[in-house]
Amino acid sequence: MSERWQRVRHHPGAVAALFLLPAGFGFVVFYLWPAIRALWMSFTDYNVLRGSGDWVGLQNYQDLAADPLFWHSMRVTALYVVLNIGVQTALALAMAVMMDRLTRSALVRGVLVLPWLIPQVVVGLLWLWMLDPRLGVVNHLLDWVGIGGQDFFGSPAQVIPTLAGVNTWRFVGYTALLIFAGLQMIPRHLYEAAALDGAGEWRTFWRVTLPLLRPVLALVLVLSVVGSFQVFDLVQVATGGIGGQPGGPANSSLVIYVYIFRHAFNFNNAGYAAAMSAVLAVLLAAVTFFIMRGLRGSRSDLA
Amino acid sequence: MTSTTTASTDRPAVPRRPARKPRRPLRFRLSRIAAWAVLVLLMAGTLLPFYWILRTAFSTNSALFTGDQSVLPAEPTWVNFRRVLGLASPEEVRAAGGSGAELQFWLYLRNSVVFATLVTVGQVTCCAMAAYAFARLHWRGRDAVFYLFLSTLMVPPIFVLIPNFVLLSEVGLLDTFAGLAAPYFFMTPFMVFFLRQFFLGMSSELEDAARMDGAGHPRIFLRICVPVMAAPLTTAAILAYVMAWNEFMWPLVAGSDPSVRVLTVGLSAFRSGQPQAAPDWTGLMAATVLGALPVVLLFLAMGRRIVDSIRFTGLK
Repeated sequence: MSERWQRVRHHPGAVAALFLLPAGFGFVVFYLWPAIRALWMSFTDYNVLRGSGDWVGLQNYQDLAADPLFWHSMRVTALYVVLNIGVQTALALAMAVMMDRLTRSALVRGVLVLPWLIPQVVVGLLWLWMLDPRLGVVNHLLDWVGIGGQDFFGSPAQVIPTLAGVNTWRFVGYTALLIFAGLQMIPRHLYEAAALDGAGEWRTFWRVTLPLLRPVLALVLVLSVVGSFQVFDLVQVATGGIGGQPGGPANSSLVIYVYIFRHAFNFNNAGYAAAMSAVLAVLLAAVTFFIMRGLRGSRSDLA
Repeated sequence: MTSTTTASTDRPAVPRRPARKPRRPLRFRLSRIAAWAVLVLLMAGTLLPFYWILRTAFSTNSALFTGDQSVLPAEPTWVNFRRVLGLASPEEVRAAGGSGAELQFWLYLRNSVVFATLVTVGQVTCCAMAAYAFARLHWRGRDAVFYLFLSTLMVPPIFVLIPNFVLLSEVGLLDTFAGLAAPYFFMTPFMVFFLRQFFLGMSSELEDAARMDGAGHPRIFLRICVPVMAAPLTTAAILAYVMAWNEFMWPLVAGSDPSVRVLTVGLSAFRSGQPQAAPDWTGLMAATVLGALPVVLLFLAMGRRIVDSIRFTGLK
């Protein structure tokens, strides 16, 4: 081995470059470059079939601001996120606190996290069947208790709450486990001290657990809100009826991902789709910033 | 995990707060029972839908269409699984209420296995190397590059989906396994972050000893880090596999051709393929069971590992 090779071999920068080569290639080719290209596309009338596009300046962004369906899909998505995250986080927090008090059993945690591991497509099909207006078991049970059958995915008013419910079913166990991991980091002696001071469960939860959980909760909220904004598989599979167009009935479940997807691949309107994705990216960055800021997520009271 | 108050009731000799003692244990026990009841209910709510898929998959369509809601399968049968696996005769298929065009289950299964395996092998290897560079090597600009990698976590997948699709069509890799796996093969920001956490926690003693013996970085990585990190690397591989298996949007656009179509995409097409006919629920549920089976088996074998890893996915 030559002396020069020896020098290169031990130069920290050269070694690091070698180890970063494969991942760096993937980063540049499939993340960095496409991100730049998508931004460029958003200023063109790019068409996927034609494989090219001409510069149109801010046209796509102006169209988007005046597109009622875009704003409709944003409202639909926001409603979905609020319903989904509200129920899911509250339920997951309760589950995590209960697990923290009752058991460390891997079986319990395993069962609760199981739906998270199943493909969303499968989850969608499963609930499509369970919630089928005519033959589904849920309506059968509702009939039995006297509430009467519901349309669920087939009803413009119910489709978003139904989707939020299904997604909650899939993610609540996973979310609970994340919070559970955070609860485990709270020193036990703080609970003992609270008990000695005569604080009950409720008071301990509000005064000890929740404040100390704040950074974890902020992170969990960011992960689940950002993920929830990007719901796609479930809507694509479970809405629109058999053979119908996803996002239905009558666009009442047209979440932003489905709308973007439609423009990019059904309407050959990739430039417009890219512009909407760019707006979504900025929105998600802002949401992340405000959650972290609002909950002071990067600072812990434990330190 | 009982608190000190219940412990003190066992030993009445050391009453710390005698005033509260008589009431608290009972209330405590009751709330414990109530909490267990809620937890069991939640577990039942998680598991029952899975049971219902199985129950439907073992029923016949004709029994379902009469509105049979019995807890056990209506007219128990294996025919749906045999239909999905292509083992049933055309007469059987028609009798069971299936359509002529069946799901090409074996093909899609093979495609899912190829796709998920390619992604897992590439991603874990490349990201482990990157994690080594970010955690065990010291070089200028390291943290800046790491945060640049990490920042891609904030980019919504659909934003890069369109250009990646265009890129594949430009280089002629649409509807190939290479093209399908490529965006996940080299790295995902999550995997780099996940593995870096473990590499940061590694003790440097072995590393130092190896360096004393004149081992270079490639050898330290292969002979020291990989064996020491075997457990987290396995966890990472499981997570990568499950995520690839569940992937839907990307294979939907980049691998729509049947020769590379994966199970998730195949299952969704199975549903939309029959607009007029009554949906073949039992066949669909049998396919769903088989489609989720690999993940469930993996979970039964490695469940604890997955469950224990979850704390690292979002938190330090």
